[in-house]
Amino acid sequence: MKLLTCPLNGPRPISEFVYGGEVRPMPDPDTCTDAEWSDYVFNRSGVAGVKREWWCHGPSGVWFLAERDTTTDTILRTYLASGVEASR
Amino acid sequence: MRRLPPLSGEWIDRKQPLAFTFEGQSFSGYAGDTLSSALAANGQKIIGRSFKYHRPRGLLSVANHDSNAIMQVQHLGRVIPNVRADVTPLEDGMRVTAVNTRGGLARDSLQLLDSLSGFLPVGFYYKAFHSKRFFPKWERLFRNLTGLSKLDLNSSRRRTPKRYAFADVLVIGAGPSGLAAALSAADSGAEVMLVDENAWPGGSGLYARGGQDADARQTLQLMERVRKHTRIQLLCSTYAAGYYADHWVALVTPTEMVKVRARALIIAQGAFEQPAVFRNNDLPGIMLASGAQRLLHRYAVAPCDRVLILTANPQGYAAALDALERGIDVAAVIDLRTSPGPASSQLAERLDARGIPVRTGATIGSASAGRDGCLRSVVVNTRVQDEVASVTGESVQVDGVWMSVGFAPAHSLLLQAGARLQFETALGQYVPSSLPAGVFACGKVTGVYGFTSRLTDGTRVGEQAAAYVQRRAPKLRSTASTLGLTEMPSHPYPIASHAKGKNFVDFDEDLQLKDFANAVQEGFDSIELLKRYTTVGMGPSQGKHSNLNAMRILSKLRGEPVERIGATTARPMFHPVPLSHLAGRSFSPERATPLAKAHEALGAVWMLAGQWKRPEYYAVAGLARAQAIEGEVRAVRTGAGLIDVGTLGKIEIHGPDAAEFLDRVYAGRYGTLKVGMTRYGLMLDESGVIIDDGVIGRLADESFYFTTTTGNSASIYRELGRLATQWNMKIGLVNATGHYAAFNLAGPLSRRILTRLTNIDLAQASFPFLGLREGTVAGVPARLMRVGFVGELGYEIHVPADSALHVWDALLAAGSSEAVRPFGVEAQRVLRLEKGHLIVGQDTDGLTDPLQAGCEWAIKMDKPFFIGQRSLKVLEKKPKRQQLVGFQLVAPGATLPKEGHLVLSGGEMAGRVTSVTRSPTLNAVIGLAMVTPAVAASTAFRIRIDGGREVDATITPLPFYDAAGTRQKMVEAP
Repeated sequence: MKLLTCPLNGPRPISEFVYGGEVRPMPDPDTCTDAEWSDYVFNRSGVAGVKREWWCHGPSGVWFLAERDTTTDTILRTYLASGVEASR
Repeated sequence: MRRLPPLSGEWIDRKQPLAFTFEGQSFSGYAGDTLSSALAANGQKIIGRSFKYHRPRGLLSVANHDSNAIMQVQHLGRVIPNVRADVTPLEDGMRVTAVNTRGGLARDSLQLLDSLSGFLPVGFYYKAFHSKRFFPKWERLFRNLTGLSKLDLNSSRRRTPKRYAFADVLVIGAGPSGLAAALSAADSGAEVMLVDENAWPGGSGLYARGGQDADARQTLQLMERVRKHTRIQLLCSTYAAGYYADHWVALVTPTEMVKVRARALIIAQGAFEQPAVFRNNDLPGIMLASGAQRLLHRYAVAPCDRVLILTANPQGYAAALDALERGIDVAAVIDLRTSPGPASSQLAERLDARGIPVRTGATIGSASAGRDGCLRSVVVNTRVQDEVASVTGESVQVDGVWMSVGFAPAHSLLLQAGARLQFETALGQYVPSSLPAGVFACGKVTGVYGFTSRLTDGTRVGEQAAAYVQRRAPKLRSTASTLGLTEMPSHPYPIASHAKGKNFVDFDEDLQLKDFANAVQEGFDSIELLKRYTTVGMGPSQGKHSNLNAMRILSKLRGEPVERIGATTARPMFHPVPLSHLAGRSFSPERATPLAKAHEALGAVWMLAGQWKRPEYYAVAGLARAQAIEGEVRAVRTGAGLIDVGTLGKIEIHGPDAAEFLDRVYAGRYGTLKVGMTRYGLMLDESGVIIDDGVIGRLADESFYFTTTTGNSASIYRELGRLATQWNMKIGLVNATGHYAAFNLAGPLSRRILTRLTNIDLAQASFPFLGLREGTVAGVPARLMRVGFVGELGYEIHVPADSALHVWDALLAAGSSEAVRPFGVEAQRVLRLEKGHLIVGQDTDGLTDPLQAGCEWAIKMDKPFFIGQRSLKVLEKKPKRQQLVGFQLVAPGATLPKEGHLVLSGGEMAGRVTSVTRSPTLNAVIGLAMVTPAVAASTAFRIRIDGGREVDATITPLPFYDAAGTRQKMVEAP
C-alpha cells in the first residue's frame, strides 16, 4: 500500500487519505463566458505529468496539497495551503 | 531412491518416525521430511501426472519451483487441495493422493492422451472448438479432464488471519548472501526481518557442497549468528508473494498472511536452476542438480543409484562430487560446452582422479523409460553449434539424470518493485541495471555466484540498506556485480531438437519445442503473444523453468539476440497463494445512535440508512407493518410523537467569517439570519445540482450550528474543511455529529409535554416557529430548534450524546398522559410527503437542480457568490429538462406504485415516481414524480406499476397537507 506524507501527521498509508481533485483555478464567475464556466465545471485535464492535487488526511481532517507525477505515481512534495512543508 | 545414512546438518529427526499413506499405500518418513522427500525416501519415483498429456512425473526442483509436486492431502478431518509437496512438512497420519488422475496415479486412464498428443498441438482448442453450438459441451469435457485438486466443500473451514509487521530492512531469501546481508544490516543498527520459503535458512550454502563441508560449516555459523542476533527476526516456511507500493510486501506463512512495511528491502532470492530440453526430459528420475542436492543433504535421500550429469557450468561438476560423496554411482559428466571454464576444469580433475568420464561438446539427445514409466537410459550425442550432430549416439543405462545447465534469476519481486534489468552477456542472464530507492539486491539474482563472493556482496548490500534507513552515506561502496566470476553459469541454448518431439519446454503445460515453432509460424512471434498462444509460463509455476528457454527459442526463431526479445511482465503472486490466505472476513460496520437499546426495548424493526441502524417502525403486537406505521403517523398528527434523529450530521462553525462562509456554501442567505433563529439550507455543487440540505441556526454573531443529511455528514464536513482552507477564511469547523444526540418531539401536544421538562419559555411569543433556544431539558443542557419537517408543531432537541437515554426516557414518561408515541423513519417519510418536502437523494438525483425541484424559494441569486450560482445563471436561461411535481392516484387500488416506476404520457415515457405512499391523514395515495415540463404543465399522467398495469394520477399542488402551514406555526397550542 502506498504511503502519503501528511504535512502534520507524517507518512501514513494511502487508505487514510481522501483525494480532493486537481487544484484548478476558478474563472471569475462575474466576467467569464458560459462556455468558459462550463469548461471549468465539467472538463478535467488528463494530461500526464506533474499535478497539484488536494488531499485530505481523513482521521484528522487536515487538507493539504500534493505535487504528484502521474507518469510515475510518485509524490514529489506535500505542503499545507499556508505553505508549511512536510518534513520526512 | 532410498534413505542414506545420517549426515551432519540433515533436516530430519530420525527419532521421530511418522506414518502416512500415498495413493492408499502405507509409507513412513521422519519429522522434518517434506511430502516430497518422504516419498523419495520410500522409493516413490512417480508422484503425479502432467496437466495435458497425463505423463508420469517425478521430483524436479524439490524447492517448490515446479508444479509436478502438487498433492491432495486429507488430514485431521480436513481435505486440503493443491498442497505444495516440496515445502509441506510431513505429519503423522496424512493421507496423500496425486492430483489430476482418473483411476489413480499408477493406472491413470487419461494417459491415453499422451499417445494422442499428435492431434492435440498447442492452441488446438482455438481451432477446433469455436462452434457456438458445441462449445459448451467441449468446455464441460475439458473442465472435467483438466484441473488439479478436487475441492471438498464439506471439509472444515480454515481461518487464516492477517497480521501487520514493520521492519527497517526486510531481507527476502536466507541463502548465503541473504544471511550475510541480514547480519550486516543488523550489525549496522537496523531492525531486520529475514524470510525464507524453506523450513530452514542456509539455501545453497548447505546443499551445494561439491563433495566438501567448508561452505556448509560457514553457512551454519552465519545461521547461528542470525539466530542469536537480537535485531534479526527470522521467518522460515514463509515466502514473499508480492511487492506493492512503498516497500509493502505480502508474506505468506503456513498459517497467516503478514503484511510488512519495510523502510528498505533486500532481494536475495537467488536463481532458479533451469532444465535442459531434450526428448523425454520429463521422465521421473530426471531432475535439476540442485533438486538432487537438496534431497542428498537436507533429507539424506539418494534420488537414484546411478546418475548421468548433464551440465554447462561448475555447479554440475560440484553436484557430481556430491553424488560420489554420498555413494551414488556417476556414469559420466556430459558438458554441453566444448571448452569448459577454469572452475569446471579444476573440479573435472577431481572427478578424473576418481575415474569419472567427462565428455564435452555433447548433450543428451533423448531419454527412454523402462516398463515402470521411469528413466532407464539416455542417448548421448555430439553437439555442433546448438544442434545434435547425429541421431545415433551412445546409450547409457542410468536411473537418474541431473541437469545443471544454467539459472534464471528470481527477479520477479525486483521487477514488481520497479527495478530495470539489462542482459549481461558474460553471465547469460539479466541483472538489475537500476534499482528504486530503498530496494537492494544481492547474490545470484544480481549475477554473483561464488560462495565467498555472495557473502561479500551480501555484507556490502546489508550495510547499504542500513545506511539508507539511517539516512547516512554507506561505508561500503558498490563493487562490480559479477564479483569473482570465472565462467558463465548459464548455457545460452541448452536445448536439443528431436524429430519425435516430446522435448518439453514447459512442464506445467506440456509444451514441446515444436509448439513454439508452430506459434511463431501462426504469427505469434512477440514474447507476450507467444505466451498467450502457447500458455508458456501460465501454469502454477509461473514460468520459473520455462520463461527463459521460451525467450531463447524465440530468439533463435527470430534470429535476434535474446536481450532483444524482452521479458513478460512479472506480476504478483510469486507462488500460487491459497485463497484462504487472501480471503478476508466480511466487514461492514454499522453505526448505532446512543438510543439503540431503548429502540430495541420498544420493539424497533431496524433498517439501514447508509451505515446507520435506524428504527423503520416500532412493532405493535397484533398489528401488521402498515397498521403500525399508520398508528405512528396518527399519533404525530393528533397527539405527539418522538423520533430519534441523532444520525443527522451536526456541525458547528465559529469565527468572524462564519456567516460569509455559510453564504458561500449554501444557496440561501445567512448573514441576515437573526441570533436565535434557524433557516433551511440547500447545498449545491459547482454544476448547480442539489447535494445536501439541512437547517442552519445562529447561536451568536459569529457562531452557527447546522445539520446535514444522515448519509452526507462526513463528506460535507470534509468538503467544508477544504473550502475553508482554499478560501483562507477565518473560521473553525467542529464536527459534532457524534457529540450530540437529537430527537424530534412533534405533534400538536408536543409543547405541553416539553413544558414539563424544560426551563426554556416555549410560549409562541418567546420561542416562535424556526426559533433556536438553548437551555435545559430534563436537567441536561440542550439546544432546541422549532422545525417543521413533519408539518406539525415540533421541537428538535439536541443534547450531549451521553445524556440521550435519560432525556429520551424523560420525554416518553412526561408524555405518557398524552400517549406520546415513538415513531420511525417510515412514518417520518409519510409525514414529510404529506407536507410535500423532498428528500435529497431520493426525490433528487445527481442531475437535479433547485429549479427542477421547485426550490427557487431557497436560493438567493442576488448574493455576490455561492457555489452553483454561476451554473444556475446558465440554467435559468434554458428550458427545464424535468420538474418535480406532486400527484395523487385517481383510484388507489391494492397495488401501489413504487419509487422508480415509469410515468407515461400519451404512451411515451415522461418521467418516474420518486416518492409514493398511502397517506392515512388524507386517505389517499400521494407521491412525488420527476416529469417532463410538458407533463408538469398538464393535469394528469399514468404510472406503469408492477405487472405492467397502468394507473391514473392527477397532478396535485404541494403540499398535500396544511397548505397554509398553520399547524407547524401553531400560535395557539392545545
